[in-house]
Order: sequence, then C-alpha cells, then structure tokens
Amino acid sequence: MAVNETYIGIQDEPLQDRGWGAVAIDLIRRQPLGAAGGLIVILMIFAAVFAEQIDMYDPEVNDFGAMLQAPSLDHIFGTDEFGRDIYSRIVHGARTAMLVGFTAAILGSTIGLLIGVTSAYFGGWVDNIVQRVVDVLIAFPSIILALAIVIILGRGVGPVIVAITIPLIPNCARVVRSSALAIREIPYVDAARAMGFGHVRIVLRHISPNIMAPYLIMLTTFLGQAILAEASLSYLGLGVQEPTPAWGLMLKSGAEEYAESAPWAVIFPGIAISLAVFGFNLFGDAMRDVLDPKLRDR
Amino acid sequence: MYKYTIKRILLMIPTLIGAGLLVFMLMRMIPGDVCEIRLGGTGLMVDKEQIDICREGLGLNQSMAKQFYDFAIGMVTLNFGDSMWTGRPVTEEISVRFQLTLQIAIMATLTAVIIALPFGVISAIRQNTWVDYCIRLFSIAGIATPSFWLGIMIILGLLIVSQHLFGEPWMMPIQFTPIWVDPWANLSQTIWPAVAVGYRYAAVVVRMTRSAMLEVLREDYVRTARAKGLFEKVIVNQHALKNALLPVITLVGIEFAFLIGGLVVTEQVFNLNGLGKLFVDAVLDHDFTLTQALVMMVVSVFVVVNLLVDLLYAWVDPRIHYS
Repeated sequence: MAVNETYIGIQDEPLQDRGWGAVAIDLIRRQPLGAAGGLIVILMIFAAVFAEQIDMYDPEVNDFGAMLQAPSLDHIFGTDEFGRDIYSRIVHGARTAMLVGFTAAILGSTIGLLIGVTSAYFGGWVDNIVQRVVDVLIAFPSIILALAIVIILGRGVGPVIVAITIPLIPNCARVVRSSALAIREIPYVDAARAMGFGHVRIVLRHISPNIMAPYLIMLTTFLGQAILAEASLSYLGLGVQEPTPAWGLMLKSGAEEYAESAPWAVIFPGIAISLAVFGFNLFGDAMRDVLDPKLRDR
Repeated sequence: MYKYTIKRILLMIPTLIGAGLLVFMLMRMIPGDVCEIRLGGTGLMVDKEQIDICREGLGLNQSMAKQFYDFAIGMVTLNFGDSMWTGRPVTEEISVRFQLTLQIAIMATLTAVIIALPFGVISAIRQNTWVDYCIRLFSIAGIATPSFWLGIMIILGLLIVSQHLFGEPWMMPIQFTPIWVDPWANLSQTIWPAVAVGYRYAAVVVRMTRSAMLEVLREDYVRTARAKGLFEKVIVNQHALKNALLPVITLVGIEFAFLIGGLVVTEQVFNLNGLGKLFVDAVLDHDFTLTQALVMMVVSVFVVVNLLVDLLYAWVDPRIHYS
C-alpha cells in the first residue's frame, strides 16, 4: 500500500541533527493524536507537582458560607456541599491520581516483566507453575480481588496501590513471557551462559532489556487503567478516604444527592478523569506505533 | 483436534482449583467474621457464647482444612450451600440477580456490536482520513470515560430533559421487572446502564475491528480479489470482514464474560440489585459461602468462554493445535 510505504519512509529520516523545535513539529505531523496525548500528560503531571502553586483555595478546608455555589470568578468550577473549591480539589486530585497511577503501573509492569522473563527463561516446571498462577489471577474478578485487599490492608493510598497493582501483574507477565520465549532462543543467550554468567545476570542484563518494547507498551496501557481503577475504587468508597482530594471520591460525595441542583460538582471531576485517561491512552497508542513497527498501522 | 480439546479442558482444572484456594484464603484473611458482624451490628453487648453458637451453626469453628474440604466437595457436587448472611440457598440468592445482570450484559453487547462493526470497518477502509480520526477519537474517548460517570451523566440528563418536557423529573424504576412481564418497565430500567457500559465496550471492539480489518486488507487474497476486478463492497464484506471477525468475536466473548462479574460500579450508580451489588455485599458481610460460590461462578464463565474461543481458533486455524 502506497500510504504505508511513504509512512515508513518518513519514519526512517534521522531525528538527531535537528533542533528540538523541528523535532516537536515533526512529531506533531507524524503523530498528531500522540502529541495531543503527550500535552495532556504533561499538563496532568504539572498539576500534580505544582498543585500548591496553582490552586486557589485549600482543598481540604470547609467553607460553610459558600456551599454548592455555581461556577463564578471566585470559584471557577463551583464549590461542593462542604463549600470546598472544586477546581482546587481537582488540581490536588491530579496528585492522587498520578501518584496511584504511576506507582501501580510501574510496579505492575515491572513485577510482571520479571515474572514473565523468569518463567520463560527457566521453562519446564517453573514455567508451568507460574503460568497456572497467572491463569488464576487473570480469571479472578479483579474488582473483588481489589475489594478484599483493601479490606484486609485497610484503606488509604498504600493499600489502594497494592489492590490496583496485583491484577495488573499477570497481564504483563503473560505478554512478556511470549516475547521472552523468542529471545531465549537467540544465540547471545547461549553465549552468555557459555561465559558462565548466573541466571540472575542473564535474566536482568541480557533478556529483560530486549523486551523493553512490550514492557513500555504495557506500562503506558496500565497508566490509564490504574487511574480508572483508582477512580472506581474511590467512587465505591473503598479507595482514598475523605478529606483527601481524589476524583472518584468527588463523584461519590457529589453524585448521589446534589447532581441535579449542582451539576458542576459531578461534571468537572468526571471530565478530569476522562481527560487524564484519554491523554495517557493517546500517548500510549503513539508510543506503541513508534516502538512496535509490526503494529504501526493499527 | 481431539487431543487438543482434551488438553485444553484439563487445563481448566488447575485454574478452578487455584481460584477456589485464592478466594478461600482471601475471605479468611479479612478480619472478623459473619457472626461478629451480625450480632455486633445491633450495638448491644454481645455475649461470647452467642457468637460461639452462631459459629458452630455455620461450621466456622472447624479447622481450615475441613472447611476447605467441605467447600471443594460442595463445588464438585454442585451443592453450594446456604448464604451465611441470609440463610437462604446460595443458588436462590444468585438466580434472582443473575437475570438482571445477564440482561444488561446482553443488551450492552448488542449495543457494542451494532455500533462497533460498521465503525471499525469504515475506519479501516478510510484509514488516515478525517473519518478515521473521528472514529478513533470516539473510541479512545469511550475507553477513557468511566462508565459510572457516564451513568451519572445519563441520569442527570434524563432528570433535566424530563423536567423540561413534562414539568416533573422522571426517575427510572428501581424494582426489577422481568421483560416478559412488562417489557416497557423492564427496558426503561435496563436500557440506560446498558448504554453506559455499552459505550466503553463498543470503543474496545471498534479498535479491535479496525486493526483486524487493516491486517486482513493487506493480505494477498485481498489483492487477488482486487486484481480480479471485484467490487470493493464485495471485497470488504466477503473477503476481508469474514476473516477479520475472529479476533473480534474473541474480544466480544471475553468482554461479555467480564461483564457478568464486573458490573459492580455501574450497578451502584443505577441502584440496581444485580450480581455486582450482591458480590460487594457478600464480601463486606463476610458471607463466605456466597462469595465463594459467586467467585467460582464468574471464574467458570470466564474459563469456559476462553475455552470456547480457543477451540474456535483451533478449529478455524489447524496450525494452532498441531503446534
């Protein structure tokens, strides 16, 4: 297909010899959706890091003189039923979302990577046992797993991260294993073994670096999933607890009773969740296009 | 094919045993038990003796090994026991809610397939045009929008629209009516959650349809069909779509299995008394028998759907079961 060939042609031009501006313009031209996603991601990280600098009010302080106010110049997204500024809570909520999202995604994909590579490298009964455990975790309803973990460990940010991470691990382990099976057969692994290197060194230094593409793809996919999972758990009252600002929690307290009289209390947090996940997904898609040439036109 | 089928069926067994073990251990790790909650929930002083009697009645004073043995035997003989919380048979508790969840899952699947197939195909044959970009944005947005928030927006929208049209806000019915009793009451309750879940579902299926179509459209037999001078419509419908459907069917199957156990948050939003709510309540009430039965049911549905998908693949593509 002609379109495809020119596409690959552009991709092969060297990027190094040009300035950052030119590279950025090039990126926007090749991956317009990915660039938009990247912009949203940067915006979210910026809000998470500089929450104190860009908020307008303290997100946890009640103001009973200003309950359920419509958006105005004083409160650009309005206030909730405790008079807290919704804009400030969204900005601080970004910190919770990014903290949980990044930690869970990085932990989930990294542990999955190690398990997948180890399983493929040793093969035999080790592989068999690991794969059966992976089967169980994939088949197990993840929301119930998360629910049980949160009840056992108690509520708060830490347990929520554990509860979101564990269901992610088997998905990554399975994908990584199938890639690692192919890598294992390449002669340099034999060469490393012939050099007398230990298993740990071969797994960490020789096989894992060659599985970076599927690893990074899983990692970016998990970011969006983890943010959504955090919002869902908080919405069910099982995640981050009040008065910590979290997007899902804002929907829980705003949604039930005030939706009709104060729609801003449910509209803005929802937009924040959707926008964040949307940005991470666009970015992840572009990343996949760049990293995995076979999937480029998917 | 025969050998492959047997092998795949045998592989289901460790998964089911593992899931049983996992749910059994998880439930025992949760602090407290059903007797403490039931008797302590009244706020009165509870005497230790009563709790012991209650535990004895439910078999909670027996050793872990004995409890697991009873659970395993119950599962194998399809005798699921009584709910520890309500005392009613587990099958009864489940079957009442299962209708509702199953119906929403089916309606969401229909919504998804009706939207997704044409969109996915159009997106693939018009690749990298504005139509393609719009459909891709629509589908990525669908994956990004939490279905519980979409649900809240639908409820809010209905309230505001009905307020304008009829002068009074319309609320969807809370009591579930089976579709054969009163189709109107049934649909006015179930259609909204089906749409809220269906959008995300459709988004996932659009992406799969698009990528499968793109792959198939590059195959040699499609080029041959083009070279023969066939109409594009015939090529797309007869040659490409038929071959692209397999991964799409797989995804629809797995998503459907997932919906049976995964509607928890949506049911919460729409205040529906389905399996998801029953699931959460069972875990929170420390209702061991009910939680265990529910987990085993959801895992079984998942495992069986996966088995069917794998067999379908092996049947269509003989290379799989020879390897």
